[in-house]
Amino acid sequence: MTRHFLGRVASAGAALNAFITIDEDKSLAQAKAADERIARGQAGPLTGIPIAHKDLFCAKGWLTTAGSKILGNFIPPYDSHVIAQFDRAGAVILGKANMDEFAMGSSNENSHFGPVKNPWDLAAVPGGSSGGSAAAVAARIAPAAPGTDTGGSIRQPASFTGVCGIRPTYGRVSRYGIVAFASSLDQAGALGKDAHDLAILLSTMAGYDERDSTCIDRPVDDYVANLGGGVKGLRIGVPREYFTKDLAPDVAAPIRAAIDELAKLGAKVVEVSLPNQHLSVPAYYVIAPAEASSNLARYDGVRYGYRAPDYTDLRDMYRKTRAQGFGPEVKRRTLIGTYVLSHGYYDAYYVKAQKIRRLIAGDFIAAFRDCDLIAGPAAPSVAYDLGSKATDPVQMYLGDLYTIPINLAGLPGLSIPCGFGARGRPVGLQLVGNYFDEARMLRAAHAFQQATDWHAKIPKGFE
Amino acid sequence: MLSLEQIARVADLARLELTAEEAAALQQQLNGILAMVDAMASVDTSGVEPMSHPQQAMQRLRDDSVTEHDERAAFQAIAPAVEDGLYLVPKVIE
Repeated sequence: MTRHFLGRVASAGAALNAFITIDEDKSLAQAKAADERIARGQAGPLTGIPIAHKDLFCAKGWLTTAGSKILGNFIPPYDSHVIAQFDRAGAVILGKANMDEFAMGSSNENSHFGPVKNPWDLAAVPGGSSGGSAAAVAARIAPAAPGTDTGGSIRQPASFTGVCGIRPTYGRVSRYGIVAFASSLDQAGALGKDAHDLAILLSTMAGYDERDSTCIDRPVDDYVANLGGGVKGLRIGVPREYFTKDLAPDVAAPIRAAIDELAKLGAKVVEVSLPNQHLSVPAYYVIAPAEASSNLARYDGVRYGYRAPDYTDLRDMYRKTRAQGFGPEVKRRTLIGTYVLSHGYYDAYYVKAQKIRRLIAGDFIAAFRDCDLIAGPAAPSVAYDLGSKATDPVQMYLGDLYTIPINLAGLPGLSIPCGFGARGRPVGLQLVGNYFDEARMLRAAHAFQQATDWHAKIPKGFE
Repeated sequence: MLSLEQIARVADLARLELTAEEAAALQQQLNGILAMVDAMASVDTSGVEPMSHPQQAMQRLRDDSVTEHDERAAFQAIAPAVEDGLYLVPKVIE
């Protein structure tokens, strides 16, 4: 199986640029070990399954770049918790997937290793930051791919490429060994072809790990066993703020149809309100850059990674190393973050954003008194053309309006394919659950997929 | 509005060398971002507790015991410059 997918990465996948690192020898050695484990009768559901890992999961002996030149030579001496969990399950590392630099981006155009193409249309972006992971699953050159989601980096590329992606509750999966972007927002999750695969992947990843001080010690639900319960009587909340002029009509129509389908299956659709939704993007683009500027201070050219070749003194070495090692989006966010944390601006920007964050989380707490899940779009449009938003950061940021509130609140969300918009580009339905309600979200997604076949559509040329 | 002097000051705090061209482009982009962020200013947040984190719980404490092994050699094998187990940087004290 590993040989089959390595072959697909090299043939069908060549046009996508979905991977940064492929190491056939390492993958095949793991596959051989998996074969032996299967022969011993000790196989689990993921034993021998090749997995595409976003290139910010540290994997011992594997180049781990986070899409950045500054980590372009970084081979971690240890495994992240997520990699270790897949290793325990007997899975194979198929390769390290391309991504926006340090997970900062919504189009995968910010990778030092070049943009990823959307398999539905090579002129379109795959979304970001888990763009390589999403494109690989969509093109069926990888069966599954864990990702991370700080502001929508799993759900938005899942939506753009017509695959499924889940970001669990903050604290459900250990962040140990994941290259950090914004620590109060980062959370690992997974991309796969259907809700059943997501249930298997999340079962493998979730659980307590004392090496991440924010990882929660709480039993993990049996996501797979709970898939079959259906949606009868489930209250689906639709926020009245979701269907506005910000939502493209070719996305609104399939989303409404998907909500009608859930109603037909027995769910009760109720209107809810998230009155502070419109403040999410402003608050996020203060909080995330602030945390990023602090997290990225570690890239100084001293202990690992890139160091500038020429410099006059220590400060000059820092300045040149970071200037040469970081790309434009990372520089923008580092500077915004440094500014909003600096003396005299901290209260007006950073503390203000944290107060707004509380209001946004409060909206969800109130809404979940009246419903069990919230349904809506994952993104306001279908995938756009490569290069079309690359020069205007604010336009790019505004595309995150449906995913970001969930990260600010720390809630779980998933996106599943539910139709196509303009030019045959996929549309994703987002389901948001209450804290630790992943099993219910997956159950609803599974019920939808038992009744529809959007998740089974494969882009032309990749069958 | 951020001036070019402020951009230079922030870049220095962030230890980031900028060319004049980069600074000019960043001035425009950062001011665009701050204008978008300014939507927050008109919201009444008096009495709202800042939310620094999604979890309300206190930080967990662990026993004061050694849990990490000495992996100095492995860590230093990937460093740009080391000597005798030490990381090398340009001279900071004359």
